[in-house]
Amino acid sequence: MSGTIEVRPAPPAPVVERPAPSGRPRRTSRRTAARRSFRRHWQLYLLILVPVAYFVIFKYIPIANAVIAFKNYSPVKGPWGSDWVGFQNFELFFANPVFWTLLKNTFLLALYLVLASFPIPIILALALNEIRVGLFKKAVQLVTYAPYFISTVVVVSMTILVLSPRLGFVNDAIGLFGVPAIDFLGNPDYFRHIYVWSDVWQTTGYSAVIYLAALAGIDPALHESAKIDGASRIQRILHVDLPGILPTAVIILVLGVGNIMSIGFEKVFLLQNPLNLSQSEIIATYVYKTGLINADFSMATAIGLFNSVINLFLLLGVNFAAKRITGNGLWS
Amino acid sequence: MSARTSVKPTSIAETRGDRIFLLVVKLLLWLALIAVAVPLIYIVANSFSSASAVSGGRVLLWPVEPSLRAYQVAFGDPQIMQGYLNSFIYAAGGTLISVTLTIAIAYPLSRTTFFGRNVIMSFLLFTMLFSGGLIPTYLVVQDLGMLNTRWAMVIPSAIGVWQVIIARTFFRSTIPNELYEAATLDGASDLRFLWSVVLPLSKPVIAVIALMYAIFQWNSYFDALVYLKDPSLYPLQIVLRNVLILNSQTGSSQDLANQLDQQQLANVLKYALIVISTVPVLVIYPFVARHFTKGVMIGAVKG
Repeated sequence: MSGTIEVRPAPPAPVVERPAPSGRPRRTSRRTAARRSFRRHWQLYLLILVPVAYFVIFKYIPIANAVIAFKNYSPVKGPWGSDWVGFQNFELFFANPVFWTLLKNTFLLALYLVLASFPIPIILALALNEIRVGLFKKAVQLVTYAPYFISTVVVVSMTILVLSPRLGFVNDAIGLFGVPAIDFLGNPDYFRHIYVWSDVWQTTGYSAVIYLAALAGIDPALHESAKIDGASRIQRILHVDLPGILPTAVIILVLGVGNIMSIGFEKVFLLQNPLNLSQSEIIATYVYKTGLINADFSMATAIGLFNSVINLFLLLGVNFAAKRITGNGLWS
Repeated sequence: MSARTSVKPTSIAETRGDRIFLLVVKLLLWLALIAVAVPLIYIVANSFSSASAVSGGRVLLWPVEPSLRAYQVAFGDPQIMQGYLNSFIYAAGGTLISVTLTIAIAYPLSRTTFFGRNVIMSFLLFTMLFSGGLIPTYLVVQDLGMLNTRWAMVIPSAIGVWQVIIARTFFRSTIPNELYEAATLDGASDLRFLWSVVLPLSKPVIAVIALMYAIFQWNSYFDALVYLKDPSLYPLQIVLRNVLILNSQTGSSQDLANQLDQQQLANVLKYALIVISTVPVLVIYPFVARHFTKGVMIGAVKG
């Protein structure tokens, strides 16, 4: 990136003549390579200008804008002209009694989601992998994959309708067993289950595809030799399939944990109602309300930043642990 | 079955335990199939039933007293139709912009002669790990004067890093370097090569990312919630939320007889709206599912 700037100040000629052993000649050849690349492929560099500008404007300027977390943001003075207040916004947030509720709700919801939505796609993929290619397999895949393409608004509406105390079939079903109708969304205790299991319903088929790809990549010879050794289907799953998809599973788990603090604002927000707020208010929804509804930009940014930082540390921590334990991780 | 397996010398006959296990596996898959399919069928069945049957909770998996009234009402509602039109505009325009920009960055990053590609890739990947957050992004959109315009729906979310990775992996693994060398000998420039050779060869991956963007755009409502105030710009998803979710939690009671009728119609209307909004996605879904699977697999390849 900074190559364009570095090229100019160093005249290459005298350096080239120096014999060898230090790192400098290699650097120079890198520079000439870079310069040749710019000259010959200038069109490619032109091509990426707009996309790179997109990332700068919509991803990196917001990161810089996050300084307003340490300021008392004034729309007139802008992010950089506003007055510094240090950690005041953070201190106010940590002192707010709502802080612990938010942290607990966010964390428990996310942890529950990871625990439930991690193993189920693996089980589905292993099961699909056991049966021969055919209509049934195709049907299962096509149907379980479909909910992924339905919008969050629709999935939430479906959830609300299906669970409705008067009309939903879930209450009809439990009514058969003599259980009185339950107002699932009106009771905060059910919120996490509803959130997590509707998510599992929506994403399991999609997530299973990745594991199916990994399973397809396992050398068939391993299965053959296991069979000859007399391994049962279960043994082959345990000793051939599972180790085969372990690297994929680790990466997905790491990413899942990395998302712990940034779990879907959209869905929680849509499922929320005044009755279940005591368990459904999470950091992301609180940021939205503080920032865009109450227009307290600095406070909302401080809370959001706190969230992003925790998230980043969780991701790095889990990635480190995964690398230590299994030898796999992101950017290995 | 056992007769056949005994013929083939290399395979070993399945044991009793294996057959039981296979039965359990099939049972499990049936369970998954039913668990996913039943709610979907339930919604569709309700949407085609009469208002009184829906309100009586009499519909399960087949329409009761079939009726299209809810669809007539939905298609006659100007707000819903405006939302539909807006969503089409956002999906078409957004996809065009997104695909163009994604290829513009993914292709150079796939070329080994492109200096600094690893730096730029890290620059993109970092945005997956850390973001400034809702408000700082909102401020940028505000400063650009995009608030309450159609641009706010298509520009701030234009490029997905995941899609860049998919496209880059595809370019790198399917466009042989020899092809580029041959084209250069014929005097093609990089852009010419991209336009005349790479893009025609990359139709499958372009289709995949285009569909990913289109469906994402069709389903998105958060950007509209944050950036749009003017109801005439609302995409379908916001209209749906207003009708489906916000109304479902308010219970006002006036004029009884009329109220009851309205209430019953509102119930069945919800089911119809769900179907109407999802149909465009589900109609193309069976055709694209195969390609999508491929896309997910390309994306799953590391690097």
